[in-house]
Amino acid sequence: MMDLHTKTLTELAAGLDSGEFSSVELTQAMLDRIAAHDEALNAMVTVTGENALAAAGKADADRAAGNIGALNGLPIIHKDIFCTRGVRTTCGSKMLDNFISPYDATIVERMANAGAVVLGKSNMDEFAMGSSNETSYFGPVRNPWDLERSPGGSSGGSAAAVAARFAPAATATDTGGSIRQPAALTGTLGIKPTYGRVSRYGMIAFASSLDQAGVITRSAEDAARLLGVMAGFDERDSTCIDEPVPNYVAELGDSIEGLKIGIVRQHFDEGLDADCGARVKDAIAAIESLGATAVEVDMPNIDYSVPTYYVVAPAECSSNLSRFDGVRFGHRAENAEDLFDLYCRSRGEGFGDEVKRRIMTGTYVLSAGYYDAYYLKAQQVRHLIADDFKKAFEEVDVIAGPTAPSPAFKLGDKVDDPITMYLNDIYTIGANLGGFPAVSVPCGFVNDLPVGLHLVGHHFDESALLRCAHAYQQATDWHRACPEDFA
Amino acid sequence: MSLDKDQVQQIATLARLKLGDDEYAESVEKLSKIVDFVDHLSEADTTDVVPMAHPLDVAQRLRPDVVTEPNERDHYQENASFVTDGLYLVPKVIE
Amino acid sequence: MTWEVVIGLEIHTQLATKSKIFSAASTAYGAEPNTQACLVDLGYPGVLPVLNAEVVHMAAMFGLAVNATVAERSVFARKNYFYPDLPKGYQISQYELPIVEHGELFIADANGDDKRIGITRAHLEEDAGKSIHEGLDKSSGIDLNRAGTPLLEIVSEPDIRSAKEAVAYMRKIHTIVRYLGISDGNMQEGSFRCDANVSVRPKGQEEFGTRAEIKNLNSFRFIEKAINFEVERQIDLIEEGGEVVQETRLYDSDKDETRSMRSKEEANDYRYFPDPDLLPVEITSEYIETVRGQLPELPDAKQQRFVSDYDLKKDDAAILTSSRPAADYFEAAVAATEAKPQLVANWVVGDLSGALNKDGLDIGASKISAEDLAGLLTRIQDNTISGKIAKQVFEAMWDGEGSADEIIEAKGLKQITDTSAIEAVVDKVIEANPGQVAEYKAGKDKLIGFFVGQVMKETKGQANPGQVNQILKAKLSG
Repeated sequence: MMDLHTKTLTELAAGLDSGEFSSVELTQAMLDRIAAHDEALNAMVTVTGENALAAAGKADADRAAGNIGALNGLPIIHKDIFCTRGVRTTCGSKMLDNFISPYDATIVERMANAGAVVLGKSNMDEFAMGSSNETSYFGPVRNPWDLERSPGGSSGGSAAAVAARFAPAATATDTGGSIRQPAALTGTLGIKPTYGRVSRYGMIAFASSLDQAGVITRSAEDAARLLGVMAGFDERDSTCIDEPVPNYVAELGDSIEGLKIGIVRQHFDEGLDADCGARVKDAIAAIESLGATAVEVDMPNIDYSVPTYYVVAPAECSSNLSRFDGVRFGHRAENAEDLFDLYCRSRGEGFGDEVKRRIMTGTYVLSAGYYDAYYLKAQQVRHLIADDFKKAFEEVDVIAGPTAPSPAFKLGDKVDDPITMYLNDIYTIGANLGGFPAVSVPCGFVNDLPVGLHLVGHHFDESALLRCAHAYQQATDWHRACPEDFA
Repeated sequence: MSLDKDQVQQIATLARLKLGDDEYAESVEKLSKIVDFVDHLSEADTTDVVPMAHPLDVAQRLRPDVVTEPNERDHYQENASFVTDGLYLVPKVIE
Repeated sequence: MTWEVVIGLEIHTQLATKSKIFSAASTAYGAEPNTQACLVDLGYPGVLPVLNAEVVHMAAMFGLAVNATVAERSVFARKNYFYPDLPKGYQISQYELPIVEHGELFIADANGDDKRIGITRAHLEEDAGKSIHEGLDKSSGIDLNRAGTPLLEIVSEPDIRSAKEAVAYMRKIHTIVRYLGISDGNMQEGSFRCDANVSVRPKGQEEFGTRAEIKNLNSFRFIEKAINFEVERQIDLIEEGGEVVQETRLYDSDKDETRSMRSKEEANDYRYFPDPDLLPVEITSEYIETVRGQLPELPDAKQQRFVSDYDLKKDDAAILTSSRPAADYFEAAVAATEAKPQLVANWVVGDLSGALNKDGLDIGASKISAEDLAGLLTRIQDNTISGKIAKQVFEAMWDGEGSADEIIEAKGLKQITDTSAIEAVVDKVIEANPGQVAEYKAGKDKLIGFFVGQVMKETKGQANPGQVNQILKAKLSG
């Protein structure tokens, strides 16, 4: 019964199957870990202990009755950006501090129907805006590998929780790298599916044409299992594509012999920490030795990724966040003198600095006189970047590189300069702009801090990414490393 | 390109955000940095490039004209702090 | 100084779908506040819009009915502003790429000739909710039932040159949308709303003058009065040396004046951009042809056909075709009788309209069906009763006393056409009025009316008037 937390999702599923332990026992063990360790990390906003144990009990009963869903009895954590019915959903913000969602997000529903047990909601950068989990109203999350350092963001809570073994998996979202970058910084695997692969219904919107829901786990195998449940057409989301969902688990074992990998010339420049670069190059070499071949690809417009993103994402979010006015839900300023006062103070008080900054940036780039120079221009450059990817994908199956420019940085380090913080997403943003699926895979350490390998695939080819990661994980064991304090 | 305080004030008004005096100063500084940063986009040659609003080139799906949403007013209004007779309340608006 | 008036109209018509444009909540009018506002309509965090197929269908029908281009590709855009009846803080509308463009329709100008009014565009958008400002102390109450109801915004070219033309255009659009069945056009309930952009310029000047927008005109009468007031106001202002300010004004029907409205947004920078939650709407030419094939006969075509096929007067044809139910009623009646269509038209436009108006009914709720009216008119045509008696029978039918034949039978209203019977009455009348007979014979021809009246009185109006006249004249001349 000890060490249940060291098992991967797949291993836990096997344990439940063989009757080694029950879901109730497993769930209680995880809840105990959270209670014992989360004070140090602050990865959780809400722990739903009662609900979890009830769900676990039901899962055990279902199992006994032969009714075994794909995730029966398995404990997971949801990023607090997913609406969970009857349960507080804060999005890391004071604005939604006491918001009890009246409905479940589609992915929450699907995972519950598959028998998953939800331990609670994880901390995140406010409204998913950030790369360090320092903008949360509920305080920063700490990296289990070094409590003075950031776990990355915006899905910092989910990444830290998985790295600290609070749960074998956590859902997360990615708009510019918010799944992959925290995964890289915490030594976990994080996958952002193709735009339109997973429903966005019930996922509080940041930048609608960039946001995607995914997972953070410790292995490709685990991610394959979860993605199989989450992915697929949802009639409630117009941008969710009706594309058949492959059996990701079954396809994992397929050989990567002949897989063509592209390495972006522009990535390995002075912005990348040399040691990180070396780890990533080693990882690519390892994958080559498993049968893949690597070639250089050219993406001439890739350096425009970050400025493009920082026009498009704020523009969309400035509009998406207009609904937060205190009238129907959310923080409401007291004793408002008039309507204008109600709006300005509710929003001024409810939103943190980074959120306000992005709303203002977005408002500016959409405003009369600036729309053409900024928003329209950014959407054009976006097209150029997407075309660079498409051109590269004519030659290769997967594009490989570093996930983040450096390992985990110290909390407070980059908070003052917005641009330095934004540049954390330099390698990951391109995939969001083009809607391509991408994954970060643990591939080593620099000064005892994890480093991630970034892989981008063709639209709807999550399978190639998972196969590649799986093959790599069969040959290496970076993904099994655990932070000392959380072993 | 730097922004000045008046511009930031206008933007904050459009976005209905109340900023404290110290917030203004910080906003002017940081927003100016951000705008300077994104100004780099002007260096890209986008002649004849179609703006990309969506990553995927697909058309809008249509839904049949059927009513499926029931009345859940009471449940939904649990999250609102000021409601009378089913109406959401705001400070009086004069048109 | 001769002034020319330049008017452009923006009409918002609610589309008569069952569910909303982007959500599956009901659009039915009159429900308790916020009982038809689902999470999508309330703009809850995480919800997303999905487009109603019927809305696209209705917009395409409208486009074809006004000879417009139905766009193969149109895009929804967000119009961003803050107001309590707009829960998301933006309205989903269409901006650069609307679904319908470059249409036209024809109205009758002051001389009765056809005048073409261009329709710049028609686009789809969602309606906002409603605010209640009375009875809530220092608050306003927001009802979001209406939020998300589909609207088609129809924008005319500034081709309209008078208040009367504006009303004619508005009526034509009103008729078309009801013909197509895409809107009930109910102005009291707010399903058909009109804003007028009004400006003046010296006749001959090419440049447009500054325009003022008059909002939310919800009756044909008010539109005419509001425009007339506004034109006067602008002319007076300019002639006194002032300048017209571009602004939004409301029409006050009690005082019959327009006044400046407090602006909703200080600087109306709507920051339009394509809505990233919705994809471009694509319409194939096959789809358009299918819709074209399903279009009903449109008012202009129907009116022309009524004039040529039924030999009707143009004005009558116009009135009968002003709504499909009226036109259908008329044609059903014509089909069921040998009486001339013009006779049918007279009765529908006259007595039937009168009765409907008196009881506040639509023709669909008429207490006399088209077939039954036809039955009455047949009895006029075959001389069973006179036109005058028919009016009596009509009233009885309206009161539910039965069919024309039943009432004629029951009340013994059959026209007397028997010559000897009429002769007998004529003789009686002549005998009873020797004085008038003498005067008549002396040359007072007009007295024939008196004699006819007397005969009618004797016969309770049932003698055939033509025969009465003939026999009287014969006997009086003899």
